[in-house]
Amino acid sequence: MKHTLAVLVENRPGVLTRIAGLFARRGYNIESLAVGHTEDPEISRITIVVDGDDRVIEQVTKQLHKLVEVIKLSDITQDQFVDRELVLVKVNADPNTRAEIMQIVDIFRARIVDIGRDSLIIEATGDSGKISAIETSLRPFGLREVVRTGKIAMVRGAKFKNGQG
Amino acid sequence: MGTTGAQRLIKCLQDENVTTIYGYPGGAVLPIYDALLDSDIKHVLVRNEQAAVHMANGYARVTGNPGVCMATSGPGATNLVTGIATAYMDSVPVVIITGQVATSMVGTDAFQEVDITGITMPITKHNYLVKKADELPKVMKEAFHIARTGRPGPVLIDIPKDVAAALCSAKPLEQLDMRGYKPNYQGHPQQINRALALIKQAKRPVIYVGGGVINSGSTEELLELARRAHIPVTTTLMGLGSFPEDSELSLGMLGLHGTPVANYAVTEADLLIGLGVRFDDRVTSAVEKFAPKAKIIHLDIDPAEIGKNVSVDVPIVGDLRLVLTGMLEKLEEKKHPEWLERIKELRREHPLQYGNDSKLRPQYVMQKLGEITNNRAIVTTDVGQHQMWAAQFYRFARPRSFLTSGGLGTMGYGFPAAIGAQMADPDALVISVTGDGSFQMSMAELATAREQNLPIKVLLFNNSSLGLVRQLQHFYCDRRYTAVDFTGNPDFVNLARCYDAVGLKIETKDQVEPILTEAVNNGRLTIIEVIVDQRELVLPMVPNARGLDEMVQFPFGEEDDCE
Ligand SMILES: Cc1ncc(C[n+]2csc(CCOP(=O)(O)OP(=O)(O)O)c2C)c(N)n1
Repeated sequence: MKHTLAVLVENRPGVLTRIAGLFARRGYNIESLAVGHTEDPEISRITIVVDGDDRVIEQVTKQLHKLVEVIKLSDITQDQFVDRELVLVKVNADPNTRAEIMQIVDIFRARIVDIGRDSLIIEATGDSGKISAIETSLRPFGLREVVRTGKIAMVRGAKFKNGQG
Repeated sequence: MGTTGAQRLIKCLQDENVTTIYGYPGGAVLPIYDALLDSDIKHVLVRNEQAAVHMANGYARVTGNPGVCMATSGPGATNLVTGIATAYMDSVPVVIITGQVATSMVGTDAFQEVDITGITMPITKHNYLVKKADELPKVMKEAFHIARTGRPGPVLIDIPKDVAAALCSAKPLEQLDMRGYKPNYQGHPQQINRALALIKQAKRPVIYVGGGVINSGSTEELLELARRAHIPVTTTLMGLGSFPEDSELSLGMLGLHGTPVANYAVTEADLLIGLGVRFDDRVTSAVEKFAPKAKIIHLDIDPAEIGKNVSVDVPIVGDLRLVLTGMLEKLEEKKHPEWLERIKELRREHPLQYGNDSKLRPQYVMQKLGEITNNRAIVTTDVGQHQMWAAQFYRFARPRSFLTSGGLGTMGYGFPAAIGAQMADPDALVISVTGDGSFQMSMAELATAREQNLPIKVLLFNNSSLGLVRQLQHFYCDRRYTAVDFTGNPDFVNLARCYDAVGLKIETKDQVEPILTEAVNNGRLTIIEVIVDQRELVLPMVPNARGLDEMVQFPFGEEDDCE
């Protein structure tokens, strides 16, 4: 099962290497990983999606916890959370198909951010389901390039505060 | 004139009560060596950097305080790697200082540059690349704190040359605040109660003890727990010395080469209490056959160890001493006469045996050494058959007296570790038990020992062979022996003389007692070479993928192995 981990870490060089290295060396698979700093510039938030059974997830979280720079770690899989990914899609678009593509973009409330002679770049945000749906809808036109960020997530309502709770 | 980074570093070391550094200089650490000269910290010049970490390791294991070593950038730093991994696997507090090329050169593949923080990330508890001299006081304070608290381990500090030379205006740090590092010391009261309830119900309990008991200094509490609840105790290799082996409750070591009584007892137990252990595969063998009838209580300071290899009924995370003290407050006296009777029977039926004839046997030598030294010497070992014979036949009577590379199994560890141990405890009798293979990995340190005037005894079992590998080939490769025979061994007795040490040789059984006695009492650096038959086996042995109760016991294979 896929788990979403929210990890608060010290915003220092090398921290990401430590975390990624830990996954690699213990044979855990990172599905997706997104990093950025938080409202406190000294603290970064890493959102990691990892696939594994309960035993694996337990080991992952315990091992991550041992890293000195990890301040707090929560498995938010069971929580109510909002999650987003961003995708950029470069899709084939000739005059015949353009209108149809623009309709799809409308339906998904995505945006066209660049127009080339025979292609469009489309930007969309949403949870992974929506992102996959857009990809599926555009595929028949010919996807030239797809770039997805990792997933970021935030627990609804109740606060997830730095370094406590 | 202000204070340089190097001077502040030395001051920080003094504040941590560091009196000795094991190390080897080079260009990138020049400023630090220069500053060291103005301090009263003693520097021990080793012959290979790997030995410097092992010495710091030996020092740390005897004292419980972090050992410190230092090396230059590049090859100096990479030579440390095996020693760092050794300390990491055995949870030994060591602080490692490496020089680095100047910050302006970092990342350019400069002369003698290596990314040692990158290399050592998986084998240190934590590490630092110091970018500014002003960071040093904080980094040093954190490093020592991390190395010695929680589950101890090695911490590396990489210091670029210009950082060491730059002025440092930051004051020594009074208070530490690390929001991401807060080991959990107090065990959960509810779990402790659940453990007590299991102990109360148990009919055939066994306590299984590892290095954590020694690290946390809870041997007294362990003794009281075993005595009051009347529970036999078996130890891992790392746990040897935590429980007196002359006690009727002592089962000796368990696992791959454990005693039959320990291995049978664990298999028959209905409750296993793991204290500061990690259910290593050398102990459990086939996990699904390990302690099949037992509920398991597991106490450890490292939450990641709990449930890692075996599932546990009652997990307790905390400092062993605090947890055991809490348990003892509520623990009722109990007796297990039937269980202890069964243990006696197992011990009687399956004693730890070896060839009891007129032949010179390594096991006999270890046993005699125990008698002559009252089992109270500090014994270090390398890795191989000799290590297992030492673990099996020297009956360790006190904690911090058996220093061996348990987790990594590092050949070349024993002799340098003995140097660190002897420097930590100058009055102790320190004996480095080794094999001809292992000793040749670090015998250059004879010069270091001589220089420091250390009266260490090297008990060298010479079987002209990599004995333990040969034994593996005996069992698993149909006796096709390859790459295990030494034909070019030096004359070790003469080698001792080259280093102005005493060289002695034991070739027959009747020489054992007089020569060991002479060596132990001569007050000098001494090599005692013991000539051993290559065909000698370490028994018992649990074959791969078998349960602990399926061990191969003495006599096996030996007599029909005369090629
Ligand atoms: C650095 C290192 N290299 C290789 C090994 C694999 N190994 C384990 S035991 C052993 C043989 C040790 O021989 P020796 O030191 O002579 O001891 P003996 O087994 O003969 O007592 C070897 C090569 C090891 N443990 N460490």
